[in-house]
Amino acid sequence: MEFSILTLCYLIGSVTFIIGLKMLSNPATARRGNLVAAAGMTVAIIGTIFLYRDDESGEKLHNYIWIFSGLVIGGIIGTLAAKKVKMTAMPEMVSLFNGMGGACAALISIIEFGHYAANGFKNTIHLELGEQTDDAILSLGVQTGVLITIFAGLIIGSVSFAGSMIAWGKLNGKVKDFAFKGQHIVNQVILVTILGLSVFLIYKIRASVGAMDDAPQVALNIAYISWLFYGVLALSLIYGVFFVMPIGGADMPVVISLLNSFTGVAAACGGFLYDNKVMLTGGILVGAAGTLLTILMCKAMNRSLLNVLIGSFGGGNNGGGGGAKKDQGAYKEISISDTAVIMTYAHKVMIVPGYGLAVAQAQHACHELEKLLEGKGVDVKYAIHPVAGRMPGHMNVLLAEADVNYDKLLEMEQANEEFATTDVVLVLGANDVVNPAAKTDTASPIYGMPILDVELAKNVIVNKRSMKPGYAGIENDLFFQPKTSMLFGDAKKVLQDLIAEIKNL
Amino acid sequence: MEAVLKWLSDNQQIIYIVILMIFVGIEVIGRVPSVLHTPLMSGANAIHGVVIIGAIIVMGKAEGDNYMALILGFLAVVLGTLNVVGGFVVTDRMLEMFKSKKK
Repeated sequence: MEFSILTLCYLIGSVTFIIGLKMLSNPATARRGNLVAAAGMTVAIIGTIFLYRDDESGEKLHNYIWIFSGLVIGGIIGTLAAKKVKMTAMPEMVSLFNGMGGACAALISIIEFGHYAANGFKNTIHLELGEQTDDAILSLGVQTGVLITIFAGLIIGSVSFAGSMIAWGKLNGKVKDFAFKGQHIVNQVILVTILGLSVFLIYKIRASVGAMDDAPQVALNIAYISWLFYGVLALSLIYGVFFVMPIGGADMPVVISLLNSFTGVAAACGGFLYDNKVMLTGGILVGAAGTLLTILMCKAMNRSLLNVLIGSFGGGNNGGGGGAKKDQGAYKEISISDTAVIMTYAHKVMIVPGYGLAVAQAQHACHELEKLLEGKGVDVKYAIHPVAGRMPGHMNVLLAEADVNYDKLLEMEQANEEFATTDVVLVLGANDVVNPAAKTDTASPIYGMPILDVELAKNVIVNKRSMKPGYAGIENDLFFQPKTSMLFGDAKKVLQDLIAEIKNL
Repeated sequence: MEAVLKWLSDNQQIIYIVILMIFVGIEVIGRVPSVLHTPLMSGANAIHGVVIIGAIIVMGKAEGDNYMALILGFLAVVLGTLNVVGGFVVTDRMLEMFKSKKK
């Protein structure tokens, strides 16, 4: 009876994950979807704690104090961190939580391996012999399938953990892009070594079970196997670091999404290990959905996944050189008061928010400017590039936070149709998404990426902190065009000054 | 060949689940607008926190004197909870902002 209730709990969990994910893909139902999935997760977790029984011994779980204190500590830290984090730091947070999941999966593999190693890689199975009261105990070698899952969970989990930590550090600005010549070859060598070593170890473990007579020899064997197992762990961590290290800038969200699906697969490995259907379905579901999401994001930037993984244009070695040397001519500066005049007397203003706005947390000031101009009869809209901000859809979240009306946000295609009739475009800290090189310069690393055609408007005012190139590390011709004026300064400060100036007009 | 076939028939239930789930996963988020990519990623991130169930099982099965397993298992439970709770709360916070469309 108890066991069937647990099965029911897991069933509820699996179904709510599917429903939750489905609801998350529609703006109207997304929030409820998230709650549905969370409720299903709670049911599955509570069911496991109280109803789980071991397949072999039929024992219930123990160490409740440890389990509950773990849940409480993790719950408190998780809630506080999630509540405190600034909206602009969201990508870091997602990456950090993802890494925690990966580490959790890897730890499970480590403990299970230790468990099997302590038993000399033997499984004792209780056989119920018909109507007889006694059980027979049978010793068997650990199944190859179990070993494969343990290794897969270890490798995928730790790659995901190490990779996510590097991604977190990079988004924080604590870790710099780093690449050396031949890094891809080194990475591949590490990967092959990890896989080869795992296959060898699994083979070795299978063989060592057969030779059980000589006790000291077996002990030696197990020690040796264990050391190599930790070697696989270390190599996987190194691989995770090397894998993410050279990838920079605009490609980071793609990598986070990819690592996200990795962790999903690592969780599914746990599902195999314990024959636990909710872990299996949840993990595979996220693995598949995450992979698709990764591909969708690549499409939004018109790049292939392979290109993202080996093309590392944030590295600066290949990207910056060519563009920077070219003589760009002079750029023109504009003052706050001139900007205020131009904007106030325009009929139609289009705001292009970018990374600079996100970093400066200028979304509220931006909304205030919009309301002020609207009050003076100016038509104000926002043009949102799919990868504006620091992650796809991140800009929409930020603007929604500032209460910007949903109807004012134009997607790229809509916006591009309207630029020709726009008087003033105000670019707030966006670089690569307005770079005409994506259309004209075949040698440019961002060639082919769909961009916002801001140069079609009558006036373009670009707010940046300096002339430094953006994420992709390439110069932007737009800044040197006669229509364009540069307005230097921090996005928030500039917007506040602009608001004050317009009020004084 | 025989071994492969045997493995297939031994694990057919799981293989079916995996294949179906891959399709469900792809189908479910097939046409999601780019506006929702970030919250969706974060929501999926919380769902793979289901790995915590494995951590709880490991922890609950560990012998009382096996401190290595207890400590690592405890760490796994803490990290798994961080993933689940943090993931859902962060996603909720993001989505909360989509909701309010006054005027």
